[in-house]
Amino acid sequence: MKFLRDALDKVKPNFEKGGKWEKFYYIYEAHETLLFAPNETTKARGVQIRDAIDMKRLMMTVIISLVPCLLFAIYNTGYQHFIAIGQPDAGIFDILLSGAIQVIPIVAVSYIAGLGIEFTFATIRKHEINEGFLVSGMLIPLVMPPDIPLWQVALATIFAVIIAKEAFGGTGMNILNVALTARAFLYFAYPSDISGDVWTYIGDANQAVAGFTGATPLSIGAQAVATGENVLASFNAYGAGWADGLFSFSNLFWGFYPGSIGATSVLMCLIGAAVLVATGAGSWKIILSVFVGAYGTGLLFNAIGANEFMLMPAHYHLVIGGLAFGAVYMATDPVSAAQTEVGKWIYGFMIGLLTVLIRVFNPAYPEGIMLAILFMNVFAPLIDYYVVNANKKRRLQRATV
Amino acid sequence: MSKFIKLKKGFDINLAGKAEKRISEVEQPETFAYKPTSFHGILRPKLMVAEGDNVKAGTPILFDKKSEKILHVAPVSGEIVEIRRGEKRKLLEVVILADKEIQYEQSDVHSVSDIATLSKEAIIEKMLQGGVWPNLVQRPYGVLADPEVTPKAIFISAFDSHPLAPDYAFIFKGQDQYFQAGLDLLKKLTSGKVQLNIDSNAEVSTMFAQAKNVQINKFSGAHPAGNVGVQIHHLDPINKGETAWTINPYGVIQIGKLFLEGKYDASKIIAVTGSEIKDPQYYKTYLGASIKKFVNGNLKSDHVRCVSGNVLTGEKIAHDGHMGFFDHMISVIPEGDYYELFGWIKPTTNKLSFQRAFGLLSFLNPNKEYILDTNSKGQHRAFVQTGVFEKVLPMDILPTYLLKAILAEDFDDMEALGIYEVVEEDLALCEFVDVSKNDIQKIVREGLDLMQYS
Repeated sequence: MKFLRDALDKVKPNFEKGGKWEKFYYIYEAHETLLFAPNETTKARGVQIRDAIDMKRLMMTVIISLVPCLLFAIYNTGYQHFIAIGQPDAGIFDILLSGAIQVIPIVAVSYIAGLGIEFTFATIRKHEINEGFLVSGMLIPLVMPPDIPLWQVALATIFAVIIAKEAFGGTGMNILNVALTARAFLYFAYPSDISGDVWTYIGDANQAVAGFTGATPLSIGAQAVATGENVLASFNAYGAGWADGLFSFSNLFWGFYPGSIGATSVLMCLIGAAVLVATGAGSWKIILSVFVGAYGTGLLFNAIGANEFMLMPAHYHLVIGGLAFGAVYMATDPVSAAQTEVGKWIYGFMIGLLTVLIRVFNPAYPEGIMLAILFMNVFAPLIDYYVVNANKKRRLQRATV
Repeated sequence: MSKFIKLKKGFDINLAGKAEKRISEVEQPETFAYKPTSFHGILRPKLMVAEGDNVKAGTPILFDKKSEKILHVAPVSGEIVEIRRGEKRKLLEVVILADKEIQYEQSDVHSVSDIATLSKEAIIEKMLQGGVWPNLVQRPYGVLADPEVTPKAIFISAFDSHPLAPDYAFIFKGQDQYFQAGLDLLKKLTSGKVQLNIDSNAEVSTMFAQAKNVQINKFSGAHPAGNVGVQIHHLDPINKGETAWTINPYGVIQIGKLFLEGKYDASKIIAVTGSEIKDPQYYKTYLGASIKKFVNGNLKSDHVRCVSGNVLTGEKIAHDGHMGFFDHMISVIPEGDYYELFGWIKPTTNKLSFQRAFGLLSFLNPNKEYILDTNSKGQHRAFVQTGVFEKVLPMDILPTYLLKAILAEDFDDMEALGIYEVVEEDLALCEFVDVSKNDIQKIVREGLDLMQYS
């Protein structure tokens, strides 16, 4: 691999101080360090050795934990496409191909748009390029509907990176989760494009089967509030004839139903959660407390039982919509989450609670987890403020004794 | 009322190149240096000697204009051969070419029973004149102790938990009477107790275990359990307006010797350690020794870094550089200025990590001795990860918030978040594990300087 190193060393002077492309040093550096871990050494004073971990590896770990979700996303997008057009017997190759054609461009657009903005800001502000967007760039496609126009993906990504991150000072300073900001932007800017039957990719040339309404478990739940029908009965009824048991509990857990591209499978999210927790890249406290908060609130609503959605068994809340995906990948974003250990419990629990609350009481926004996390992102500094204050108070009290 | 404190947080860095417990006789180094840079709080050092002067061990060579009473003395006798200065003529070190036979400045000798009758003022005076005072470090700030202040307590850590650290029972062997005399003297300087903290996980020498006139506390746990700052936090934390002193057992012994024998004895046993040393072991020498004689011909490879002190808090020095005032060891590790193809993602069992991110497999083999080089293994990034610093700092302190308060120069917050309780070494492990590769110890010192001088 010496020729690679030599090639880099040859162009490097151009990017260094006094070189003709000096301005683009950080872009060069980002690419160089992607190939070669740098030859930087520790300083004369301070630690002489460093832990083997760095930001690239940490972020890569998160991306690896997303791989099950991504692979499943490709399969499920294709699969939902074929059952919706009445060809449930399509071969695995057709399914994967169809899914890949739909999903891969969205991933590509998200990365190209987002990294373009990152590079621009790093060049203007003269700072190193942070790896954070590598994760955001993968999360954004996975929470998009499969039928999203690519220009909307690009627009949403650009909006999210600039407004949610760079405006606050860049990586490490953002208040809101970048990927969810992208999703929320589409939600409010193009409401017609992100509701209705966008959750399954049909394709212009095809006709959906009879009985296909583009419903999702969440929209059925929201309707049940108005119609007073039993939610579980509606779940069981939907898909009869062309996709039996589409919304059965086990199918919801496995994830073979329409929804955001990569957020439907609880199983894949749990595999991802196992990776995040085992590697320490995600906080198990947050993940667990989101589930506990959602389940607890679900049980509470069961006990109150004012409408049919409230009566839906609490464990269904854990498998419908993007709760699992949000809990595992979105809520655990270390920058926008609570940063104190006690705060993480409160933060996670409140997300779970608010998710179910929004789902049940605000049928205009059926996807509660997105708003719940964004809302708690805003409140995370407040939670931390009180936790930090408690620490300060302990110190102060000690002084007077 | 001795205490037993179990610390659950922390991390032991297990490195290759531990010193074998034998003391090798080698020719003494030719030069020794006194480095004012070993201390914090020396602002305007004033030299009392010039190049070419002859000094004895214990002859005053410099003082700080800000605290004129504290005399810094020559560790060995000989000729001042060089006064080395850095940028802006900052005094870096006073180099002494040592005599073959060390000559000592002689002062009054006291018997053990004498010591009990000495007044506090007399003790302080003799310590200042005799050159042993700089052993006392004041908390907060980790600076030279102020002789005008009476500390609420004096803390001594009787073990070093840093990587490759020397065994105190071994390097202070046979100094029991001086150590006890030193403790008796220190007892008179504080309004409170002298607290001696020993390691509950290791065999403790009788010098520590049977010390009298002190409170003996036991600590168990991984590094930084041996850090005196961590110990103070659990015994009697420092609040705003309070002052405590800390001292290494070496300093206690020096004080004892000054009173019992009337001389400033800077002899010390040092550990020469590290994966790049052929024969890691102990040597008997003097404070500020040039390391040339210990590393020359004793290296496994050429491309190495010599560190005065340990690999977490030490300072890089040249292969013929001199050891710092407080150091009992040198660590020699490979220099890490190499590129590594896909080094940021390759799975590895050879690089140590506190964390378990993808491919970092060192946790599978906790007893392995690692050869770690000086490569920073990544570049500086914004603060992103949370919750890891807390796992290696066994104190009720929120490190990230404290560091951010320092960076923001928020004095109220720094104070409220506990800056008085820490010095650099306490957060050294945070710097090691930091995924964002911040210079945390430097930030801590900046915070301490801000609190102190502005």
